[in-house]
This record gives sequence, C-alpha cells and structure tokens, in this order.
Amino acid sequence: MPEINNFTMNFGPQHPSAHGVLRLVLELDGEVIERADPHIGLLHRATEKLAEHKTYLQNLPYMDRLDYVSMMCNEHAYCRAVEKLLGIGIPVRAQYIRTLFDEITRILNHLLWLGAYALDVGAMSVFLYCFREREDLMDVYEAVSGARMHAAYYRPGGVYRDLPDRMPVYAPSPYRDARRLGELNANRRGSVLDFLEDFARRFPGYVDEYETLLTDNRIWKQRTVGIGVVSPERAIALGFTGPMLRASGVAWDLRRTQPYAAYGSLDFDIPVGKEGDCYDRYLVRVAEMRESNRIVAQCVDWLRKNPGPVIVDDYKVAPPPREEMKGSMEALIHHFKLFSEGMAVPPGEVYAAVEAPKGEFGIYMVSDGANKPYRMKIRAPGFSHLAAMDEMARGHMIADVVAILATMDIVFGEIDR
Amino acid sequence: MTEALDALRQHLEAGLGSRIHRALVDREELTLELSAEHFLDTCLWLRDDPEADFRQLIDVCGVDYAEYGEGSWNGPRFAVVYHLLSLGHRQRLRLRVFLDGALPMVPSVVAIWPAANWFERETFDLFGFLFDGHPDLRRILTDYGFVGYPFRKDFPLVGTVEMRYDADRRRVVYEPTRTEMREVVPRMIRVSEEGRYDARNQ
Repeated sequence: MPEINNFTMNFGPQHPSAHGVLRLVLELDGEVIERADPHIGLLHRATEKLAEHKTYLQNLPYMDRLDYVSMMCNEHAYCRAVEKLLGIGIPVRAQYIRTLFDEITRILNHLLWLGAYALDVGAMSVFLYCFREREDLMDVYEAVSGARMHAAYYRPGGVYRDLPDRMPVYAPSPYRDARRLGELNANRRGSVLDFLEDFARRFPGYVDEYETLLTDNRIWKQRTVGIGVVSPERAIALGFTGPMLRASGVAWDLRRTQPYAAYGSLDFDIPVGKEGDCYDRYLVRVAEMRESNRIVAQCVDWLRKNPGPVIVDDYKVAPPPREEMKGSMEALIHHFKLFSEGMAVPPGEVYAAVEAPKGEFGIYMVSDGANKPYRMKIRAPGFSHLAAMDEMARGHMIADVVAILATMDIVFGEIDR
Repeated sequence: MTEALDALRQHLEAGLGSRIHRALVDREELTLELSAEHFLDTCLWLRDDPEADFRQLIDVCGVDYAEYGEGSWNGPRFAVVYHLLSLGHRQRLRLRVFLDGALPMVPSVVAIWPAANWFERETFDLFGFLFDGHPDLRRILTDYGFVGYPFRKDFPLVGTVEMRYDADRRRVVYEPTRTEMREVVPRMIRVSEEGRYDARNQ
C-alpha cells in the first residue's frame, strides 16, 4: 500500500475569499488542515515610515487607507494621539460628532463584513441587502466630508467642519421618472441629522431582515456553529480585541472600560458571546449594529439641541476661520504656517487607542518636538487575529478555513499597513 | 486616573525593585525601562502578579533613536517597546528595553504572551532586532528575498530596489531604484521659541 503524504496548497493571493491579498499556505492531510501559514505583506506600503516624513496634518489621510472599511475610526485614534501629545481637549460638540461617525463607521464596517461573510459561506442575497444600507451611510460620509470613503474629516483638535444643513439630493435623470425621484429624495429634504434620524428609525427593521435570512438558517448554522472555537483565556493570550474577544465571553470594550469621546455619557450595551465560535461572532456583530444604531439616535438628538464650535480655537493646531483670514494678518500667517510647516508637537510619547469595529486600533507616537512624528506605530487589531489563524484552523476541514478567515473581519489595509 | 497610576507604579517598584531602571509617568501613561537581563522574569511577574495582572500584550514595536532631536540623543540607539493591558484593572503599561546598537538582541516573550509571535517577527523584519528563543523568526511584511531593515533611520524612504515586468525576459526583474528622494516640508524643531506650544499664544 503506498504511503500517503501530507500536501501543501496555496490559498490566495488571488482567491476571492482571501479578502484581498492573503497568501495562505495550507498543509493538508486529505481535507483536514494540519498547519496554516499566512503570508502577509503583499499590501505593505510602509505607512509608518512615510509618516516620519510627513507633517502631522499630512499624515491624517493615510489613516483612511489603513482599514479602508472603517475610515473614521482610524482617524479618531490618530487624532487622539496627536491631541494627547499636544495636551489639548476638544469641544464637546466635536466629541459627539466623532462618536456619531464612529458608530456610523461601525455599522458600515459590520454591514460589509456581514455581506462578505454570508457570500463566503454561500448566501448570496445578504450581500445585496447590506450594500443597500451602506449606500445611505456613504451618502452621509459624502455630505460631511465630500468623500464617500477616504473622508479625512477628523482633525487634531476636533472635526473639519460642522454638519451641513442640507442633505444632498438625487438630481433629475433620464433614467428616473418624477415619481421615483420623489421616493429617493423623500428623506433627504431636511438636514443630515434629519436623514440620520430617519435612518436610525428604519435600520432595526433591516437588521431583522438579515437575521431572518441567517440566524435560524440551518445551512448557516452548520457552517458556523462550533467552527473556530477560542476559549476566553486563549483569546486574551492571543491578543484578541473587539468582537473577537467579546464573542469568547470577555466583556471588554474600550468604549465602556476606558471611555473616550462622548461614550461616557451615552446609554448602550456591550453584547457578549458564550461559545467563542463563528456563530457567536456573527451574533455579537449583529447585536453591535443594533447598539450602534441606538448610539447614533442619541447623538443625533444631542447634536440637534447643542450647537457650538467643532474645532479648537487654537491657531497653532487648527486653521483660523476663513472670514478672519481675509482681514487679520495674524490669522493669515497662522494659516500659512500651519499648512506649510505644520504644528509643532511637544516631545514625548503616547499610546492612544479606540474601539474600532474590528477591535483595538491604537497609535503609538513618539515625538521629538519636530513638525513630523519621530516614530509612529499602528496597532492594527486584524494583525493579532490573523496571527491566530494557524491555531484556529488546525484540525478543521478546508471549507472551514474560509468561514474562519471571514469571521476575523480581515482587511489587509491595516494588517500590512 | 493619576492616583491609580501612581498606586500601580508604587506596586511595581515594590515588586520589581532594582530590575526597573526608570519608571516615569507622562501624560497619564506609565513607562518602565528595563534591561535585557531578567527581562523574562519581569514579564512573567507582570503577567502573573494579581495586582499587576497584565495578561494581554497589545503591541510590540521597535524604535530607532539615531536621529532623535536632530542628533541630541546620547543613549543606546535601539529600543523595543511593549504595550501591555490589564483587563482586570483596566490599566495600561509600557515597557521599554534599550538594545545594543551592534547586536540588538532581546529575549522573546512568545512563551509568556503568544500574541508576541507576529509582533516580534514584524520588529525583526523592519528593524533587524533578534528575539532570542522565538520559534519562527522569519520576515513577515517585506518581499521574499528582501535585503535590509527598512524602518531603521539610515534606510532611505525611497528604498533600494524597484521591480518591473521585463517583456523580453518574460519575468519580473529587480533593479536599483531610480526614484529620487524629495523632501517637500523640511523637518524642523522649534525649541527656542518661547510659548510655541502654548494653546492661547495667538
């Protein structure tokens, strides 16, 4: 009888379920995974090295391109690090705007994750539903920043500008008749906050729709229950954060345990899983979308009642208002120096983290007093999660690799940096 | 916040004694500077002591101080920085180990925190630090066959090689890079200007 050896197989970097550019070298015994060795770095752009050669303001748009499905949360961590180095606080309204957009980002991220996960596991239609809702939130991104994805909206010291009074509307087009145009623009008659309020009212119904498709679906459960189980102790030791940690039963959420922005004064719950398998991670993320929606509604309510400044009144950090620049020489000089030389940041080192949709996204920044960071390290949540791939996939079937990979919510922008 | 941090600092100083070179609190963050000897014992103590309880390793990264403060740095060139998190006490801690410039080597903490595995590989890849006892110290982020340690300050930003598809030879070829280094905004430290950092100095 011939001896049968293990064989190795390349999964990716061109595989549609590899979520970008992962090359996974699998050592198989038949269909059972003996060892999984992820080869990463195909999207490595040395953001941290680039940051050492750019001013603090020029670095900000790079943050959008790290985890490119949760853009504003990355900006938030970066801005918090710079603000901590500078030792400045930001206006309360800016904190609420940041909280609002962090949660919008979380919903955006989880929607993409849910759609892509369902697609990977074999359910096609969820993807289409998820992208329908993403479109609404992308429009909100566009309304405040001008960009659908790479917003560069948060700035050290606050946010770039206040929320606009008008929500952009669909223009007449030969492909839509007047009735359809009216339907599309029905909830866009008011401000951005009106639109978000309407969205927050509609969204729980949409989440119910996804859950109808998946939660009690027999095939879905067969593909996810008991797959990739991680115990709480192991999740902590492996450096898991975010939904990956919470699904294993550890109630840890930076928004609650080390509150930042306006999270300390908002009412929301932290969903926690029990088994630590793929199905629990799905349930945790779906529950998080509902909680995020609650936070969005509370922020909208607060922002309506409390007008005020949205960026610090310190011209060494934030540009002076346009009108002032036209008349005041000091304001003009401040503007020029801020955008040419940039801000001078006192020497020191800080670590600032936010609860990004994928887990703890942190920025460690060392400054020597120059107008550029001396060293910046980006702590990406996905990096630790993917590092556990070998341990989670070992002993599972080859089809489960896709389910495990997708449940980690892998985005290579942040892992390869 | 600050009181809790001071209490933690006192506890760590009492528990670790002379193994701590320096403990400093800055901007509500506690940093311990440790030496490479007794480093593993210290880490183990930090993880297992119930008052410290730093069970989670958040991050490991390297720092190259070669050009710090326009050459005003007169300590060791390299350092490894660890960020720890205590879920029970909701506290963070930063450890820093300075390394010798000629042979930067530090004991690996993979046995204490399994999360360190990839972080140490990354630091090895980008800075060339050796982690003694690491089970699988391979490059991770850079290209297969990459030469050099890109995040050291003496490595040029534009790199050393560039890659293109050569139609004649019908394969990808590597050539010395032709990109020129360009600095748009010069690096500048303003220490002499009094009040530059003050918020209300307008």
